Amino acid sequence: MKVLYSLLAVIVLVLVAYVGVGLLGLHSLFGVMIPYAAGAVFIVGLVYRVLKWAKAPVPFHIPTVCGQQKSLPWIKANNIESPHNTWGVIARLALEVLLFRSLFRNERVELRRSEKLIFGGNKYLWLGGLAFHWCLFIILFRHLIYFMEPVPSVVLFVQDMDGIFEFAVPTLFLTDLVILIALTYLFLRRVIYSQIRYISLSSDYFAVLLILGVVISGVLIRLFYKVDIAAVKELAMGVISFRPTVPEGISLLFYIKLFLVSTLVAYFPFSKLVHGAGILLSPTRNLKNNSRMRRHINPWDYPVKVHTYEKYEEEFREAMKEAGLPLEKEN
Amino acid sequence: MSAEALGPKEVLKTIDYKPVKRSWLELTVEFRKGTYLYTPPRKLLDYLGLPNPRKWLPSEKDWQLPENWRQIILEGMKDRLSKYRSFQLFLDICVRCGACADKCPFFIGSGDPKNMPVLRTELLRSVYRKYFTTSGKLFGKLAGARELTEDVVKEWFYYFYQCTECRRCSVFCVYGIDTCEITMMARELLNSLGCGVNWIVDPAAKCYRLGNHLGLPPHGFKGVIDTAIEDIREITGIKVEVSLNRKGAEVLFVVPSADYFASPHWFTFLGYLMLFHEIGLDYTFSTYASEGGNFGFFHSAELAKRLNAKMYAEAKRLKVKWILGGECGHMWRVLHQYMDTYNGPADFLEEPVSPITGTKFENAKSTKMVHICEFTADLIYHNKLKLEPSRNDRWKVTFHDSCNMTRAVGLFEEPRYIIKNVCNYFYEMPENTIKERTFCCGSGSGIGADEHLEVRLRGGFPRANAVKYVRERYGVNLLACICAIDKATLPPLLQYWVPGVEVAGVHELVGNALVMKGEKPRVTDLRFQPLKGEEGEGDV
Repeated sequence: MKVLYSLLAVIVLVLVAYVGVGLLGLHSLFGVMIPYAAGAVFIVGLVYRVLKWAKAPVPFHIPTVCGQQKSLPWIKANNIESPHNTWGVIARLALEVLLFRSLFRNERVELRRSEKLIFGGNKYLWLGGLAFHWCLFIILFRHLIYFMEPVPSVVLFVQDMDGIFEFAVPTLFLTDLVILIALTYLFLRRVIYSQIRYISLSSDYFAVLLILGVVISGVLIRLFYKVDIAAVKELAMGVISFRPTVPEGISLLFYIKLFLVSTLVAYFPFSKLVHGAGILLSPTRNLKNNSRMRRHINPWDYPVKVHTYEKYEEEFREAMKEAGLPLEKEN
Repeated sequence: MSAEALGPKEVLKTIDYKPVKRSWLELTVEFRKGTYLYTPPRKLLDYLGLPNPRKWLPSEKDWQLPENWRQIILEGMKDRLSKYRSFQLFLDICVRCGACADKCPFFIGSGDPKNMPVLRTELLRSVYRKYFTTSGKLFGKLAGARELTEDVVKEWFYYFYQCTECRRCSVFCVYGIDTCEITMMARELLNSLGCGVNWIVDPAAKCYRLGNHLGLPPHGFKGVIDTAIEDIREITGIKVEVSLNRKGAEVLFVVPSADYFASPHWFTFLGYLMLFHEIGLDYTFSTYASEGGNFGFFHSAELAKRLNAKMYAEAKRLKVKWILGGECGHMWRVLHQYMDTYNGPADFLEEPVSPITGTKFENAKSTKMVHICEFTADLIYHNKLKLEPSRNDRWKVTFHDSCNMTRAVGLFEEPRYIIKNVCNYFYEMPENTIKERTFCCGSGSGIGADEHLEVRLRGGFPRANAVKYVRERYGVNLLACICAIDKATLPPLLQYWVPGVEVAGVHELVGNALVMKGEKPRVTDLRFQPLKGEEGEGDV
């Protein structure tokens, strides 16, 4: 049901673009205005979201420690899993962001014959997630070709590397292939595994289907429905230089893809997709394990009611005296 | 039927990791005996000045919530969203990838999908969506949002006391989402409605008034010390000196109160006293700050701070130089990650230096509080102790990492180093179940009450299962640990799942192995059990 709703939502988006551009001819609305609006929503939304997180204080020092602390000099401390200096934190976060370190630990637990727990490796989620995110990054980087003139050689280089198999299959980008596989896996695991299906919300399916829609439309454009690349670049350059023009000869499919991208971009800050911006702020990952070496300050700390020693001695003075315990006041 | 009535095999047969058909948004909780905690009497809440005291039970239909309960919760959430980045962030960024699902000992032991960390958090996140996000307000259930009803409050009570704040899930989360933070917020919210737990509020109230969770008055503490001195004299022939509330001692020693009250903690307590006597440590106990643990921490940050305040206050009054802390898990979470923030700076103390080895404990230079395992490992490393590990030969030992000693402190190697020096037979459990991936005893964070046994047995199953592995493989018969709750709750747990394995503190093993100057030949260990090779000799 949830899958159906989400699929329906993506189909509606496609139809909106189809009707808007194909039937009504609203090229500048879909080619210029909606992308502008989406970009604005993205930037404002993201800044709002990150500021909201950053504004909330971190009252207590709560890193999740995953390695040996720095204590006695002859015990080898693990500066990455239990960082005691800034370099350790940087390394920890870098491993997390670039290689999904924590997810790499993932394992599967099975109760065998209702008797024994078996721990098995489970790296598929890590692999699928990592493949998806890295491909996404390379694809976005590749798209700089449409937004820069002259095109920096590094972008061309990446594009060439990505197309290294073009001699075998013309116009096939490696990243397109891998991202399709990865996204399909990420989608299917939500449908197939009963536990994951149980925790999934419509928005979880929607996000992956929307991205899948963008990728598929992009691949279709490249493989079957060639567009006038010069015209697309003219549109893109016009948009980012704030002198928008709507050139002739851009296919409907391109507008559909652009509308899906616009939706994705506008949706990003208000959905779970914003997780990318959150990880660097996560207090269980970005703090050093040094809370006994340096005092962490709670900005909203306030005095609390305590039971003082004086009150305690007051209550038990006689008994303490009898037991021979030292007292502050003898009577 | 409850787990207590069923055998281990039957209980395991009830576990099915396949979730039920109905959506988790719709289910309501059934408070079955063995799966919920009793509530505190009014007078305790009154004594501590906690809100909405009343007489009620979770199993009753009417919880007699205060009239404006919804407002209290929503305002409480709003307040905490602005005060805790963790709370705001962790509610926002979860992608429901499910990696945390089978990492929670309570999910593994029960198969209840709401014990998956992701769903435990969704119980609260769904309310957050409904009242604090646009998409939740617009799309409701479709966006995973739900109304805050009394049933939701009941569900929170049920599931947020089936989380021991062990933080295992946060090790595996790629964003570091820590369910413990969510559980702490949820419990604060529940407590603001007066929906607390007696097993937490009762020790907290005792600790507030008497200085320790178990409610031992000062003269009672003195009596306990005398018994310990007598026990040690009987075993070793040596009379150790112990002082209480003594001003001007170099070190204030603070232990969880179970150490001097319960078994098998007691033997660890004897171990401490013997060690300190042997090295001639100038230390004192305090009766006012006679508790290292902090059950306030399982209630709210405020109550945690109120109880924790005694430690520095007493260190100041007694004019000691630094503080040494005994074996305990959540106690050390507070001491390591919270105490300095709550009640510091401890600028009236000195940076800790071991008077025996001269080692500076630079890792504790701000809080001025050293862990007993750091202290003892340093002594052994510098050859300051004469040890006879064969006195522990009747034990084949494994080591259980306590959740907070690893995932909060990072104390991995110190206790292992000690054990390897005081025992001849030491075997590790599988690596998926130790160190940062260690499994909880299933009873931490104030849910270890007897009436909660089924939940505890299930939550402790993954730990017991790993113990069973080393028991079958190496014949392990002793689980060593450094946590008072472990020592209290693992014996019945292991008795149930893997009979024949006993539980001991690391310093009990130290006390056994420690060769003291002028001691008589030892014939028993600290448990008054004959040493290996001494069995059946004469009629001792």
